[in-house]
Amino acid sequence: MAPVSGSDLADVPDPSPVPAEKPRGPERTSAVAGAFKDALVSGLLTALLFLPLVGFRASESSTGSLVLTYRFGLVAIFAGIVMVGRFLLMVTVWNPNRPPRRVSTTPGVMARLGALASPAVKPVFFSFAILYPFLSILLAGGLSPSRYWVDLGIYVLTYVMLGWGLNIVVGLAGLLDLGYVAFYAVGAYTFALLSTSVPINDFFAGTLGDDFWTAWAFWICLPLSGILAAMWGVILGFPVLRLRGDYLAIVTLAFGEIIRLVLINWVSLTNGGAGISSIPPITFFGVPFDSSETGFASIFGLEFNSMHRMFFLYFVILGLAALTAVVTIRLRKMPVGRAWEALREDEIACRSLGINTTLTKLTAFATGAMFGGFAGAFFAVRIRFVSPESFTFMESAVILAIVVLGGMGSQMGVAGAAILLIGGMELLRNLSFLKADFLFGSDFDPSLYRMLIFGFAMVAVMVWRPRGLVSSRMPTIFLKERKAVSGSLVKEGHG
Amino acid sequence: MDVFLQQLINGLTLGSIYGLIAIGYTMVFGIIGMVNFAHGDVFMVSAFIALICVLLLTTVVGLSSIFLILAITLVVAMLFTGLVSWTIERVAYRPLRGSFRLAPMISAIGMSILLSNFVQVAQGPRNKPLPPMVTEVIVIRETNGYEVTLAYKQIIIMVVTAVLLAGFWYLVKKTPLGRAQRACEQDRKMAALLGVNVDQTIALTFVIGAALAAVAGVMYLMYYGVVNFADGFVPGVKAFTAAVLGGIGSLPGAVLGGILIGLIETFWSAYFSIEYKDVAAFSILVVTLIFLPQGLLGRPEVEKV
Amino acid sequence: MAGESASPARESRAWDRNPILKVDHLSMRFGGLVAVNDVSFVAGRGEVTAVIGPNGAGKTTVFNCITGFYKPSTGRLALFHGGPATDAEVDGVTASGLAWGKSEAGALYLLERLPDHKVASWARVARTFQNIRLFSGMTILENLLVAQHMSLTTSGLLNPAAILNLPSWQRKQKGAVDRALYWLNKIGLVDRADDPAGDLPYGDQRRLEIARAMCTDPVLLCLDEPAAGLNPRESAALNELLLSIRREHQASILLIEHDMSVVMEISDHVVVLEYGSKIADGTPDEVRNDPRVIASYLGVEDEEEAVAVVEAGA
Repeated sequence: MAPVSGSDLADVPDPSPVPAEKPRGPERTSAVAGAFKDALVSGLLTALLFLPLVGFRASESSTGSLVLTYRFGLVAIFAGIVMVGRFLLMVTVWNPNRPPRRVSTTPGVMARLGALASPAVKPVFFSFAILYPFLSILLAGGLSPSRYWVDLGIYVLTYVMLGWGLNIVVGLAGLLDLGYVAFYAVGAYTFALLSTSVPINDFFAGTLGDDFWTAWAFWICLPLSGILAAMWGVILGFPVLRLRGDYLAIVTLAFGEIIRLVLINWVSLTNGGAGISSIPPITFFGVPFDSSETGFASIFGLEFNSMHRMFFLYFVILGLAALTAVVTIRLRKMPVGRAWEALREDEIACRSLGINTTLTKLTAFATGAMFGGFAGAFFAVRIRFVSPESFTFMESAVILAIVVLGGMGSQMGVAGAAILLIGGMELLRNLSFLKADFLFGSDFDPSLYRMLIFGFAMVAVMVWRPRGLVSSRMPTIFLKERKAVSGSLVKEGHG
Repeated sequence: MDVFLQQLINGLTLGSIYGLIAIGYTMVFGIIGMVNFAHGDVFMVSAFIALICVLLLTTVVGLSSIFLILAITLVVAMLFTGLVSWTIERVAYRPLRGSFRLAPMISAIGMSILLSNFVQVAQGPRNKPLPPMVTEVIVIRETNGYEVTLAYKQIIIMVVTAVLLAGFWYLVKKTPLGRAQRACEQDRKMAALLGVNVDQTIALTFVIGAALAAVAGVMYLMYYGVVNFADGFVPGVKAFTAAVLGGIGSLPGAVLGGILIGLIETFWSAYFSIEYKDVAAFSILVVTLIFLPQGLLGRPEVEKV
Repeated sequence: MAGESASPARESRAWDRNPILKVDHLSMRFGGLVAVNDVSFVAGRGEVTAVIGPNGAGKTTVFNCITGFYKPSTGRLALFHGGPATDAEVDGVTASGLAWGKSEAGALYLLERLPDHKVASWARVARTFQNIRLFSGMTILENLLVAQHMSLTTSGLLNPAAILNLPSWQRKQKGAVDRALYWLNKIGLVDRADDPAGDLPYGDQRRLEIARAMCTDPVLLCLDEPAAGLNPRESAALNELLLSIRREHQASILLIEHDMSVVMEISDHVVVLEYGSKIADGTPDEVRNDPRVIASYLGVEDEEEAVAVVEAGA
């Protein structure tokens, strides 16, 4: 648990800094005394909070019934950590005697630096993304050892793409969608079902050759997945888009869950919870990545290596993500994109200007869904296995968190958040050094703490930067000078 | 008819639990307009606290009176869960109050992940079964070997729910706290200017909501006899559905919605298919929101131009 | 009927001879509350028509009905493009069940049958809001471009030329920017075109909202308390802007206003509402001298006091 945050603010919810007009007499001692008191309270609170579930543990005994084991020492350690941490914070960062920070309405230093650097950020990011697999070969020392890093890159880029797709819905149009994973699932299942379909395979085997469908399934299904997901976006969006605010969020959440539950229960179509396996792998536009005569390696005169496919997957997802970014940038400069942003700012004003808000919301929803569908098809061809397990609410929440943490509407912010969250979460898998004897011992399983830290990070980042990493907005057109719009003016939408 | 009666009893029991959780959603939404995503997990945490408390009382203290155990567990779970919820509000929501609308929601989702994984780490990922606690049943009628039964624990759940709701009703309608709550609901700034301690009122709202969820947690543990760290999400979403169905912001609506969801779920399982019972609950949520966004007992929202 | 009693010399009125909007027996009920009760009036083409009345008189409700944000309980709202339609033509369209029809002079629209966005895009009625509704996080230029959404797109959604960035689209976008610049010049905000709308001072926001409404190229401009919160200098600038809109753009203006200096100075025709009913209708001079208006509204020295008295009664 985080320490309870500092001084009581005024009753009126107003994010103004703590008033500092205190007599400058015995403040030094009182600050330390106050900090000590606060620390003591926080420590006690932590002890109380941790007492039931950390202090006791209901463990399974050999007979199967539960017995209690005790870990009061652990509670004391946590309480101590919180106490010390809180004390240090109270005398330094949260010290009430520190001069309050100036609150300015103009974009802060970070925002201005960002604005200065922003022309360079995108090319640098994109070049890095292109060079990344080669860098990982260099650093990992060979093609095969780079597997982990390239795979991580693919994984992160999938979320970058999903974040950018959802960003259209949430960041631009201001529609809160908690069921985005439904479209990801539609895309994945579309590809999985079509590519493993025996009748389709037989049909093409009879007309275009035995291997045709295996070789081309992905490239034919990719656009189909996007289109179907977009269609689902329209079907689901039509009845719900007149709802406002949190209601829309809840309905989309419910839709996401319904789709997942149907995938689990409609066993005859989807094979239920067991999922669909043996999905054909990706091909280099019809050329398989195998060691055969007609495979990728022999045709290009390379020595066969399973990493070729991995590399190709990396560039496919990079291309898909770039497509998402380019389309979004283009759309933002078109009337429909401006209408999305206007919708986020003020829906009623939009209607007074003749904009059909239902239609505009639907386009945003469908466009976002389409990119979700593309990403889903990619997911299926990468893993070569789909099951409802992959499309839980948690997935939607993670994608939404990426968008919000990135700063709604900002593509670079979203990419940054995806790298931070997903990359960070993956790196947490490698906490095995904690197993060292002098730390937690070998029976310590660090991967358990991954989601715990993830949840904690979500809360912490939100409290630290409620508007996300990049909070300013870049105008889509300018007369003389493109100036970033401060995040405090940008609305977050109501629907 | 017999099946119907049995399902009615089961549905009312389940509905009482949903209703208790739903009140937490509806109160928090009413006062600060936020969907407290972590509430389902607060409920789960309360069930775990109850589990620990029951184990402590039975194996260490050696109490044998089941009612005493239940009463103590109820109080302990309410207190600790209230404290947990107070802390969550203080740490994860209050700093975000009055800022960006999505920020508290993301914070709540993060808190939900944090809570369920905290319990997983602290208590282990496996199901925690308790020996059955109250096993006596009353056979209401019997035809052709099919018994319609009313279990003691079902009676306990309904009675405890009813009593607590009455007490809670009094608290919200007749006490200064309730008045302060309603004032904050109407206009938080104005309430603050008139001397209502808004922060404290909101914190208390979270505590009360959590205490009721803790009651639901104890009842859940007693009824099913097993709890798991992942048990927060689905009851949470269903309770939220109940709150929406009843009309979010309306307290009687939350209870009514809870009972309706409980009944729909049990009847759906009995008469249609048990696999699709969650789909039924979610579909009701969607249909309600589309056709009756203000819910059964809520006030319609007039768009201000 | 309140409408008939107010003006004996009805036929000679300019607004009756060449109306742009005819409000017939408009009523609006919210549950049991009657906000607007059987109000009829006419707004003349090329004129400034003011709707005045104490707070709670139903002015904004009338506005919301005209602009499609509320569906009136009963009544007919006929808007004429080109020139006035005959009564027979209006009745013909009413009977047809359609929302619009052609008339001898052009076209006529029954606004109560159109959803809000079509009132703006088809019937070309633009409006502003009492509490300013700018896109505050977008720049001033962007605000004015969003207003031209309908003319920049086909069927209000996409523009194929824009997707391909064809020269025809670039020309079109240039035209839209030029139009925005024209209005920015008019309200004196060219230098701030790249600033967010939310950064503007209040008075400028008011005028920007009017400019944004004018960018939709309306035939009828509805202004909800445009002078509210303005200082005398800003108020004078607003009068200037409204008069020039009427002079140079042939747009008819319908406005709700509390500021009597604005009303008396620029309006050609004043409609007075009280408790949801019309109590007077005529030129500013006539209204100023109308005994009922004096009794209920203008007679009391302090306008605020009059408002307070009426509110207490409501």
